Amino acid sequence: MAKKVVVEGKVIGQHVLNITTKQIDVKAPEIAQSAVPGQFVNVQVSKRNSPLLRRPFGIASVNKETGIITMIYRILGDGTKILRDVCSGDEISIVGPLGKGFDLKAKKPLIVGGGLGLAPLLSLAEGMEGKKADVLMGGRCEDDMFWTDYFAPISNNVYVTTDDGSMGIKGTVMAVLPKLLAANKYDCVYVCGPEPMMKAVAAECMKQKIKCQVSLEKYMACGLGACLSCSCEGIGERIKVCTDGPVFWAEEVGEW
Amino acid sequence: MVKGLYDNRLNTNIAGLKMKTPITTASGTFGFGLEFTDFLDLEKVGAVTTKGTTLEPRAGNKGQRAVETPAGMLNCIGLENPGSDYFLKETLPELKKYKVPVIVNIAGSSPEEYGELAAKLDVKGVDALEINISCPNVKHGGIAFGTCPESAAEVVEQVKKNTSKVVITKLSPNVTSVTEMALAVEAAGTDAISLINTLIGVKIDIHRQKPVLGNITGGLSGPCVRPVAVKMCYDVAQVVKVPIIGMGGIMNAEDAIEFFLAGASAVAVGTANFVDPTIAETICHGILEYMDDHKIKKLSDMIGAALPEGKLPTK
Repeated sequence: MAKKVVVEGKVIGQHVLNITTKQIDVKAPEIAQSAVPGQFVNVQVSKRNSPLLRRPFGIASVNKETGIITMIYRILGDGTKILRDVCSGDEISIVGPLGKGFDLKAKKPLIVGGGLGLAPLLSLAEGMEGKKADVLMGGRCEDDMFWTDYFAPISNNVYVTTDDGSMGIKGTVMAVLPKLLAANKYDCVYVCGPEPMMKAVAAECMKQKIKCQVSLEKYMACGLGACLSCSCEGIGERIKVCTDGPVFWAEEVGEW
Repeated sequence: MVKGLYDNRLNTNIAGLKMKTPITTASGTFGFGLEFTDFLDLEKVGAVTTKGTTLEPRAGNKGQRAVETPAGMLNCIGLENPGSDYFLKETLPELKKYKVPVIVNIAGSSPEEYGELAAKLDVKGVDALEINISCPNVKHGGIAFGTCPESAAEVVEQVKKNTSKVVITKLSPNVTSVTEMALAVEAAGTDAISLINTLIGVKIDIHRQKPVLGNITGGLSGPCVRPVAVKMCYDVAQVVKVPIIGMGGIMNAEDAIEFFLAGASAVAVGTANFVDPTIAETICHGILEYMDDHKIKKLSDMIGAALPEGKLPTK
């Protein structure tokens, strides 16, 4: 695995995606060079003692030529409220690349994501080595679906569901997934999003005998396999989301 | 790198455990050291203190295990570890490749179990044992021994009887009198004392109207606990003769220096490893700068200098 580094990355810019979501681009060539789709970084939003811990973010996009990595985050708590106000030219400390990424061997992949879970999946869609994936994405309403702008140019078919029906099909991704799986010969489904969604998608894949990779999220402090905050039950062994994952084959997960 | 960083000015000695720098890693915050080799040179850390190790593997606690709090964090990992067999077979051979003293933090459910584990770890490559009688997150053992002077003494005696290594006893701050505990473990034969373990705390999720942590309570660490830790170090240093490893919220050299002045012969960095994974190596730069500024020739000159009878040597 590539060497993990801690770097001071120069912020290139931030973009508002909707009222609670922003994109941040940071120059971090050492990380950009070695990162693979599905990995994450641990970002220090402030040098002060409070908030103390770094914030883990999935890498949404990597530009190996410019050395810029992109993260997409929701403004939710103390940490992301500070990050929201970081300006171009500021430096932020980043540890990465962390964790194990997606298996890229699928010939006909389907990407399924909900909410911020679509961020690491974007790096997967980007990095599928020439193959274009179908994408099924779910959100609460049209305002959440800025993701289509990111995925459409680099994907095959993009299917959208919203809880309120303001865009695409009304319902969750499960309103579409069974039929989509039955009608296409996908050889791997990649899913990241809220836990109930990942669970439902993994169960459906198992039912239709299609391989499934999930990208888990658990509260973590170090991201390095030391604090064991994100350790959970695997099958017959403990698994650490930060270093054994965040990407797992669905059948490796014993505790959701 | 600061010139002369690893000259002998920073040498320290914990009851025979020779450390090139006075920095070790607080148990549970540095894995087994191998998790950090991308970030620092393990051989430039004074000693590696491992994650708490038990005779048999432990799965730890269920539910959310950590949460951030003002200038700190609560954790309730619950001593998850792969057990002593795995440690001896898989981890220790890897650690032995580095020329760094290894302090194994040990925990058990009975004094006899601590003794059995100490005997099992009395092998080449292990330099010291740190007795964990202060883990607040397990029901059996851990802190149960750390809050009663007689039980603590019994554990120390069992470990001492079963090992040839330097024995360090890690004290809990969750007691009425930490000096009473310190005197009890010193009388029982501990070679050194480390303090403090975490302070017990609770964080409530006001939207779910429930505690955040799966274990309900957790151990508080980080800069918010530092004044408590310095006070306990200051108090214990005045009553015991054995050396002290001070810890609690050390984020930088200035914080570490407070502990030296309060009587610690070495310090451990803990939660700071999560924030800056290079800290266990780089913190020495600032300590040397301070020594230069204050014309302190060697670390031992400043140990305890802030105690009532203490002072820096006159020039």
